[in-house]
Amino acid sequence: MNPFDYARAAGAAAAVTQVAASPRAKFLAGGTTLIDLMKLHVETPDTLVDIGRLPLDKVEAVAGGGLAVGANVRNSDLAYHDAVLARFPVLSEALLSGASPQLRNAATVGGNLLQRTRCPYFRDGVSPCNKRAPGSGCAALGGHNRGNAVLGGSESCIATSASDMCVAMAVLNVTIKTQGPKGERAIPFADFYLVPGETPERETVLDHGELIVGVEWPALPAGAKSHYLKVRDRASYQFALASAAVVLEVAGGVVTTARVALGGVATKPWRVPDAEKLLVGRKPTAEAFAAAAEVATKGAVPRTFNGFKVALVRRVIVRALETVAAG
Amino acid sequence: MPPDPDPDRRDFIQGVAAGGLGVALLSTAGPGVAAADPPTGPGRAIPVQLTVNGQDHALTLDPRISLLDALREVLHLTGTKKGCDHGQCGACTVLVDGRRVNACLTLAASVAGSPVRTVEGLATGDDLHPLQAAFIKHDAFQCGYCTPGQLCSAVGLLKEAHATTDDEVREQMSGNLCRCGAYPNVVAAVQEVRLAARDAR
Repeated sequence: MNPFDYARAAGAAAAVTQVAASPRAKFLAGGTTLIDLMKLHVETPDTLVDIGRLPLDKVEAVAGGGLAVGANVRNSDLAYHDAVLARFPVLSEALLSGASPQLRNAATVGGNLLQRTRCPYFRDGVSPCNKRAPGSGCAALGGHNRGNAVLGGSESCIATSASDMCVAMAVLNVTIKTQGPKGERAIPFADFYLVPGETPERETVLDHGELIVGVEWPALPAGAKSHYLKVRDRASYQFALASAAVVLEVAGGVVTTARVALGGVATKPWRVPDAEKLLVGRKPTAEAFAAAAEVATKGAVPRTFNGFKVALVRRVIVRALETVAAG
Repeated sequence: MPPDPDPDRRDFIQGVAAGGLGVALLSTAGPGVAAADPPTGPGRAIPVQLTVNGQDHALTLDPRISLLDALREVLHLTGTKKGCDHGQCGACTVLVDGRRVNACLTLAASVAGSPVRTVEGLATGDDLHPLQAAFIKHDAFQCGYCTPGQLCSAVGLLKEAHATTDDEVREQMSGNLCRCGAYPNVVAAVQEVRLAARDAR
């Protein structure tokens, strides 16, 4: 680990000023990604501004049945929050499918939104990796890419987005609230993440020094059900090979609301609007779900070892939708 | 100092290190205790007040020092173990503010002001914590390296109270790896203590 200065933030505004002042400064929250990557010399900040004690730790109801969640709410606290369990099970299920109890006790909402990829060539610190060392190439394209993305990739990067929480947040229509050097922003989840293109080092629209202070999302339509299904190499404590977060509302025998997002297969939390449009107005049948799954993976680019993910994620979509349709 | 009547391996290694070859290694190896302060640039040692098992310690630490390294190398509380050092094995599990976390991914500086409880703080005098007694009774370990982490994790599990069935206990203990494969006995030990606590209520 390279040497760095450590400071506890006195407040959100002070933290923003401190990080904005130095190009290599970073915010520290739960540390479960950042400290890990610093030990690997993948992250080399010269200053850590610890925001972990800032009072961004509330889960509050918002008008209309939504929730507002502070950036420092720990993953485990959010997963077991009564309102989340009762009304947004997709989020609870996603959070509890990720990592271990110890990590969930430390990891925060704000940190999880910025969780880094598990691509081994990004983490090893030496392989060509355009995300870690722009311009150096992508070792995953011709390497061991079983875990890499089949959607949203480019010839510069096929690193998979690792977070489970984010896949659920994609179908909750979350808004991300920030405070930065240029003031406050509310960023729709759909606009927050960037596909790698030719600049995979840039993963979100955040400016340097811009701090996530919380997230907010509205109620689901009355009668809508939600679910997160994750498939992985072992039953627990493993990243997704393929996952799906779904929201489904059925009224009068036809689908009236459908939202589907994919994890484990894409370079960012991956909503599939074309598949959702196909479902609305149709009966919630296995045929309709299979057709939606087909559309959801249109444009997938399988690589040497990850072609199985295309068929796998289709099945995950179908099973997740069947689960909520069966109620 | 009188000779230790029961010198253990660690004392021996430390003795050798202090007496010879190890001195050079210790003085150059990575983050150490109160590492040499560069006069300018980042990384200056900072005051860190740690509260471990009820005892306060006023330390001066390199900001890079993890809670795990502070416990083991600075406070010589070597019960907490270093396995992977990347949050994957759980051997370093301790309780911070009563919640189980991986000490290897926690900076010592960031827990200043929060009570830390390690495996050394589980027993009350000579009275073992019920989980410690149950681990012995159920033979829930072989080599014992993962055991301090398993114990602290199990303390956290019981407090969190989200596990009832064996499957749930297994899932909730999934952050603690055991290379010896004592998992079934760990589950038995945790379940016995959980049920005894439930029956006592």
